Amino acid sequence: MAPYYESRDLDKFSEMGKNVPQLWDKFLAWYAEATASEGALTKREKSLVGLAVAHTVQCPYCIDAYTQQCLETGANLDQMTEAIHVTAAVRGGASLVHGVQCRNIVQKLSMA
Amino acid sequence: MDFEQTLAERHLDLRPLSIETLQVNLGKLCNQACKHCHVDAGPKRRETMSVEAVDRCLEILRQSPQILTLDLTGGAPELHGEFRRFVREARSLGKHVLVRHNFTVTLDPHPLTGKSMEYLPEFFREQGVEVISSLPYFRERETDAQRGQGVFAKSIASMRRLNSLGYGKEGTGLLLNLVYNPVGAYLPPSQREIEAEFKRRLSEQHGLEFNGLYVITNMPINRFKHFLERAEILDQYMTKLVRAFNPAAAEGVMCRSMISVGYDGSLYDCDFNQMLAWRVNHGAPHTIWDFDFEKLMARSIVFGSHCYGCTAGAGSSCGGATA
Repeated sequence: MAPYYESRDLDKFSEMGKNVPQLWDKFLAWYAEATASEGALTKREKSLVGLAVAHTVQCPYCIDAYTQQCLETGANLDQMTEAIHVTAAVRGGASLVHGVQCRNIVQKLSMA
Repeated sequence: MDFEQTLAERHLDLRPLSIETLQVNLGKLCNQACKHCHVDAGPKRRETMSVEAVDRCLEILRQSPQILTLDLTGGAPELHGEFRRFVREARSLGKHVLVRHNFTVTLDPHPLTGKSMEYLPEFFREQGVEVISSLPYFRERETDAQRGQGVFAKSIASMRRLNSLGYGKEGTGLLLNLVYNPVGAYLPPSQREIEAEFKRRLSEQHGLEFNGLYVITNMPINRFKHFLERAEILDQYMTKLVRAFNPAAAEGVMCRSMISVGYDGSLYDCDFNQMLAWRVNHGAPHTIWDFDFEKLMARSIVFGSHCYGCTAGAGSSCGGATA
């Protein structure tokens, strides 16, 4: 079976603007402003946020792109790995904290 | 991926602007064998410039007031037997001399003679030489991964000695500039930002100072190209360089203001063309023996696909970013 993800498909990303160019142009402008320009966050900080989110959404294109962007903004592997741990921990914490809902329901339904 | 076609499409005409710098490669002998080295230099290399060629370079400097700077490189140029005479005589001609100095050469014994090189920092100070040194990163792990085990610790010790003589300190006039290049197949970060981080980290963690930091893009030639081929990422890296082509960086490429001299006296537009054995072309004299300033100024620079390395992003040169 052919793989769903091919790295060369990233080059076809702009095809998403073929039928709705007005939406694509707005997306690109917003994306560039949000991720690639210096603001209250440095470009490196934005790259580390992008890397962390890429791991949360588990997008191989984003992981590839933001890994390279982190390196090219001077981040080192310690910082990148730490960012991934942050995202994984928050994600794990989000699962755990929903356990409270489970426990609330158990409490409500139980006679004991 | 034709570099000259890219220039034509952007209406860029990169002719020589000057020959302010004579960059001389004294040979391929080095005490280190770094993974990224585009010269393929190392302790086993024996190619070296002759005494006659050193004398001829000095004659060219004497006859060419337009050449302001002698830029000595290698290998480790300090390992050449004529190094100190070359520097002294160039300085006596009033030329600015900069040495591409790997920090460890001061602490390692000479690979051929076994003699100590620990006189170097004092010699640099005595001659007012500008020191330019590679330090891939401000941490041991990344530095040693690229340049060999123990290189970071030695570099810090050597830098400390230069600092103690006044190098890298404001107001002394003794310039110590660092060179950063990525430890892999990616573009360097912003020169301004990484310089600030190097200054902060080296100061906080080691109490060290330096003047400026130049970022250099790894060139897809020789040892680094072999790495890209082995990792099967040469096309990916070249695509990255081509996509990052920056016309402003192209305008400032170093080949427009320098001539590179090989250890055998051949002339090149830059150090990278030298390593590819692409000598100056289009009617320009090919060696130091028939060096002619006006003819060299009238030459057309020889370009190739590796030139995308100098024009990507903020640009790259022996003096760092160009845009």
